[in-house]
Amino acid sequence: MSLTEQFKRSIVIAKKNIKIYYLKGPVIIFGLVFPLFLALAYVIGRDISLREVLPGLIGMTTFFTATSVGPSIVPWETRSKTLERLLCCPVAMWTIVVGDMFSSFIFGLIISVIPLAFTLALGIEMLSFLVLLFGLIIANFCFAALSVLLSAYPPTDIPATSMMLSSLVKFPLVFISGVFIPIEELPPWGATIASISPLTYFTDMVRQLFLNRGFYPLAIDFLAIVVFTAAFMFAAIKLHEKTLSKRLS
Amino acid sequence: MKHAIVVQELTKYYEDVTAVDHISFEVEKGEIFGFLGPNGAGKSTTIRVLTGLIKPDGGKAFVAGYDISKNPIEAKQRSGVVPEVSDAYVDLTAWENLALMGKLYGVSPQEIRENATKLLKEFGLFEVRDKLVRGFSKGMKQKLMLCMALVNDPEVLFLDEPTSGLDVESSRLLREKITQYNREGKTIFLSTHNMEEANQLCHRVAVINYGKIAAIDTPENLRAESMELQYIEVSFNKHINTQELSENPYVAKAIIFGNKIRIYTADPSRVIEFLVEYAKKDNLRILSLNTMMPSLEDVFLKLVKGKEAVIK
Repeated sequence: MSLTEQFKRSIVIAKKNIKIYYLKGPVIIFGLVFPLFLALAYVIGRDISLREVLPGLIGMTTFFTATSVGPSIVPWETRSKTLERLLCCPVAMWTIVVGDMFSSFIFGLIISVIPLAFTLALGIEMLSFLVLLFGLIIANFCFAALSVLLSAYPPTDIPATSMMLSSLVKFPLVFISGVFIPIEELPPWGATIASISPLTYFTDMVRQLFLNRGFYPLAIDFLAIVVFTAAFMFAAIKLHEKTLSKRLS
Repeated sequence: MKHAIVVQELTKYYEDVTAVDHISFEVEKGEIFGFLGPNGAGKSTTIRVLTGLIKPDGGKAFVAGYDISKNPIEAKQRSGVVPEVSDAYVDLTAWENLALMGKLYGVSPQEIRENATKLLKEFGLFEVRDKLVRGFSKGMKQKLMLCMALVNDPEVLFLDEPTSGLDVESSRLLREKITQYNREGKTIFLSTHNMEEANQLCHRVAVINYGKIAAIDTPENLRAESMELQYIEVSFNKHINTQELSENPYVAKAIIFGNKIRIYTADPSRVIEFLVEYAKKDNLRILSLNTMMPSLEDVFLKLVKGKEAVIK
């Protein structure tokens, strides 16, 4: 069966996820309420310009929203006994992973466009809107892939458990990714740690586009995000395949 | 291609446990094949391998001519499945569930509309097609699951305990539909705990126990091969002592069942002669006397637990 046909089926899975999971409580809490209050806490009371705040704000919002749907889908499907039904269909594991990733990606993209629109509405200048939009799209893909990877282990059927465990990964990543402190201001060991986070490269990219200063060249930021996306997708497919029999038992 | 399913030396391990142990069998096209076994015998594992949910550790399995390990997508494309542990999407309507399945099988929108309408009408769900499945009864959900398995018009239908927990009416409807779809040419692989259901529906049955195939044949042949399990059911006008009956050399065992006595024997005619003589001698009247073939349940119990489990 052709890759195109499997890809079409990924879209079908994504549409199903959008219909079923976008309005689930944990998704609303972790994908909307949580980033909103985190963004408010980040902005309010800080004596810096909006232009200085925006890279961290966009980075954080994109990261939290794009990773909010993915961790819950597979545990939810396991619990509601629909996973086995889905797996009986002529779809590969990668088709399901990509479908879940798409649904997480679209949610992230819709929400993360809000601060971008806000930026445009306020007429805040940037180097290139198109580059920022492209960066936003690939970063959403990357974070969505991470979120689906986070749902693979442990093979739980409790969405809340998966959400909580994914938060244990997400929060430290936010703190080491130059969201609060730019990487160039970190000590060398801090910059080294920051380099293992995909969010670092997105925040760095946005910072360059708004403030014209960054730690890595733009091309490296893009390349790193693409490499992280591929690695997360590969790991998500392999890990889901590995833990599948435990989910079904 | 004569066979819809071919299983060759199929093996599956779960850590140290051999769930399926080098089993081999074939299911002919257009056959209803029953797959019986006690809990933990390897029944569900076999079905999960055949439906491409899990990969075998050894051996081969072909569904609709495709190797399930090498071409799982092609094999699944030609199959319909009602898994044992599964449910429809309760946050979607019945129609949306069918449309989802149709799209995942690559069925055209026109065909989805036609097939879904036909199936929902056949199973009495058309009027509730736009209702969320959340409000459906177990019977309605199970009917919907069968519709979902049929929406792609599969060659092979895998049904894992399709009537489990259903009321009599729903079970009967599902059984009728299984027979109907089989008459229309579909091969059906049916796993069930219900021996009567297997007896009624299946052309052949396989009994799996401890991961191995214990027997495979038509229900009639399996019963015929277990003639030591045949018995005579007799009732007299007075209570009698079964000990006296058991002393007859042709009687394997005599057990009281309500107001009847069940006498297991390999030679029913000799025992009937003996019972008539016995009744004359003790001035008893025989109220009823029937020779009973072993049921499929008896055969099943003998195969999985031994003869003693039946004649106890």
